[in-house]
Amino acid sequence: MSHRIVSKKQLSEHVFTMEVEAPLVAQARRPGQFVIVGVSDDYGERIPLTIAGADTAKGTIRLIWQRVGKSTSEMADLKIGETLGYVAGPLGKPTHIENFGTVVCIGGGIGNAPLLPIARGMKEAGNTVISILGARTKELVILEDEFAAFSDELIVVTDDGSHGRKALVTEPLAEICGRDPKPALAVAIGPAIMMKFCCETTRKFAVPTQVSLNTIMVDGTGMCGGCRVEVGGQTKFVCVDGPEFDGHEVNFDIMMKRLSAYRNLEQKAHEAYKQHRCRIGLND
Amino acid sequence: MSDDRTLLNELLEKQKAGGLKPSDRYAIPPQPMPAQEASERRSNISEVAQGYTETQARLEAMRCLQCKTAPCMEGCPVRIRIKDFVTAIAEGQYGEALAIIKENSLLPAVCGRVCPQEVQCQEKCTVGKKFKDVDKAVAIGRLERFAADRAGAAPAVPQVAAPTGKKVAIIGSGPGSIVAAADTRRAGHEVTVFEAFHKPGGVMVYGIPEFRLPKAIVQQEIDVLKQMGVEIVCNFVVGRTRTVDQLMKDDGFDAVYVGVGAGLPSFMNIPGEHLIGVYSANEYLTRANLMKAYNFGKGADTPIAVSKRVAVLGGGNVAMDAARTALRLGAEKVYLVYRRSEKEMPARLEEVHHAKEEGVDFRILQNPKRILGNGDGNVAGMECLKYELGEPDSSGRRRPVPIEGSEFTLDVDTVIVAIGNGANPLIGQTTPGLELNKWGNIVVDEKCKTSLEGVYAGGDIVLGAATVILAMGQGRTAAAAINEYLASKA
Ligand SMILES: Cc1cc2nc3c(=O)[nH]c(=O)nc-3n(C[C@H](O)[C@H](O)[C@H](O)COP(=O)(O)OP(=O)(O)OC[C@H]3O[C@@H](n4cnc5c(N)ncnc54)[C@H](O)[C@@H]3O)c2cc1C
Ligand code: SF4
Ligand code: FES
Repeated sequence: MSHRIVSKKQLSEHVFTMEVEAPLVAQARRPGQFVIVGVSDDYGERIPLTIAGADTAKGTIRLIWQRVGKSTSEMADLKIGETLGYVAGPLGKPTHIENFGTVVCIGGGIGNAPLLPIARGMKEAGNTVISILGARTKELVILEDEFAAFSDELIVVTDDGSHGRKALVTEPLAEICGRDPKPALAVAIGPAIMMKFCCETTRKFAVPTQVSLNTIMVDGTGMCGGCRVEVGGQTKFVCVDGPEFDGHEVNFDIMMKRLSAYRNLEQKAHEAYKQHRCRIGLND
Repeated sequence: MSDDRTLLNELLEKQKAGGLKPSDRYAIPPQPMPAQEASERRSNISEVAQGYTETQARLEAMRCLQCKTAPCMEGCPVRIRIKDFVTAIAEGQYGEALAIIKENSLLPAVCGRVCPQEVQCQEKCTVGKKFKDVDKAVAIGRLERFAADRAGAAPAVPQVAAPTGKKVAIIGSGPGSIVAAADTRRAGHEVTVFEAFHKPGGVMVYGIPEFRLPKAIVQQEIDVLKQMGVEIVCNFVVGRTRTVDQLMKDDGFDAVYVGVGAGLPSFMNIPGEHLIGVYSANEYLTRANLMKAYNFGKGADTPIAVSKRVAVLGGGNVAMDAARTALRLGAEKVYLVYRRSEKEMPARLEEVHHAKEEGVDFRILQNPKRILGNGDGNVAGMECLKYELGEPDSSGRRRPVPIEGSEFTLDVDTVIVAIGNGANPLIGQTTPGLELNKWGNIVVDEKCKTSLEGVYAGGDIVLGAATVILAMGQGRTAAAAINEYLASKA
């Protein structure tokens, strides 16, 4: 099966989006699920990416990723018409979507991508959807228009105030949780540190909070244990038990440490790759 | 070598003159397996054991007494006609030897390398019994490997019966699945193998390392399946991409074999297991094998930690493979920490032996108490306790008990946990009505049939972590049952 890239766009300095052919995944996927992709069919890193959307008629799924290491850079270098080595999925349990009442959806940085289909699904199920999108600076706020299209209320915050309010997402989140009636559910997706503080905020208001965890992964079928996290004092596997968990039970500190596990090495591989690109004149 | 040749010629003469007596056979020295030097192989990933020469193989085969009762066959899980194939090798009839093996086992090149012969056929061998040493039994496994390797690069492609119009789905592509696919395809059914990973072969590809089982051997068997007309679909996660139900109801599969293997690695549940540098052996080996971590920075790009001092926990094949892989990835010191005594190690004897030769430091009757971290959350050491053997437990083995106050610290930066696996949960979670036992393994009857009509299962998902040969045996049983079931379902 060939996975042709049918469209591709750069969303910000390091964030890209593509639509890629994967008809079986497009058909089976539900909000909250992810895929594992490989740039080539051979020996390379397997990259877990959330599915940001799908078009069953075209048989395509939409991926959004950040250029961080060698493999994600290689993906960024692919052009329309070229192919990905493989796309396996959809993986993980789908989000439980029903009419809860009011749902507040908090996205941080690249987390807006996996949040999008969930927030939209919540809207379609009849919920009032309040979206809070946060980023460091204006140009890192992605998918704002798409959230605006269906959100009943949209709040954008940036750390430096270059766009929307100058605040962290937890500030408007606390205000919304303080309303009467308070929201029935919060869904927070973004960097681990952001999810951690969102959960601390909602805990004070006893608003149930779902988070979606993006850990290290290898197989995605429950074999390697690389994706383990501690939830409610127990070891859970993100690829088969998640990726969504009750945020109030997740041990974020452990997860953040594990996420940094490969960072140094990934950077090393990335440096080597960049030099290689320079030599063969790929750099723009 | 020329001494061997002389001995072989003498024996052949004697045989012609009137036959070999048991005493002649007992006098033939057991043939050692040629192997790469330990110091050399530590830094490459090429196969360690290099296989018998022709002379060695014939000499070893002549050690066989051709016992009437053939106790060795009793010990073989798939009941290969051992003495017949060994005799064929002694006579120089290698093709015939392979044909005899293939009657019962589809993957001799694999089994000859990875079966735990010392607790199967070789344990029962009369010659070993005579010397009271299983190491001196006829080296059946090495002979099996010889026969397979001699046959050369292209295994014969089995005949396929006329199309039946029936469709069989095989889930997973490990040894059980390969056999199930071959046997159902031979009966003329249309067979598709669905594999979650981007390479087929199961544990034989992502678990067992290259230096013990070259990937090219597994690839050959996969190629034979393709030549037989079996379709192999990778990156297809049954339960997610399509469920078992969908395969049967919407995609027209008449029968399914589930061979998804073991899953969910066990951890020790001790403090520090979430530290950076603690891996399950599955993760470690998969990164090393499937993503070629040993080429890090040279094309392959899985960022496995570059470990200098490693502790591996466990005493099975998986633990040995992890320890020896760590050496090859450049570790300076590798400890193998095991709670019981060496006698109880479930690993193949040869692997234990090879690991020691390569310099793995065996820490027997020791067990970790906690893993220590530094400020950055990296592993900085492992605190262990010494154990001694106490009273026998219910299994009759003497139970290891910790010695109070015996704590000491191993200076390591990486800990690899290889203490076993639970069941792969995905098929169970997504297949309503499929009966599982309390450990999550699929329950089957003696024909490998599950609680669902048309659904069969075998290998590690049924047996818990077992062996290649047992998985193959179940793949064959299941295929026979599937063929019977489809024939009855006009
Ligand atoms: C490191 C290691 C060393 C070992 N050494 C030995 C040895 O020396 N001798 C020996 O006899 N045994 C050994 N074993 C055990 C042996 O490898 C297994 O018992 C055997 O491979 C089990 O075969 P299986 O048919 O159950 O499939 P497996 O080999 O377990 O393969 C299962 C396959 O199913 C795929 N899969 C899983 N879920 C899905 C899904 N939902 N959809 C599609 N595909 C899926 C997996 O990706 C995998 O490829 C070892 C195991 C390991 C891990
Ligand atoms: S038990 Fe040993 S000696 Fe006897 S037939 Fe088998 S291999 Fe030969
Ligand atoms: S990714 Fe391997 S167990 Fe989850």
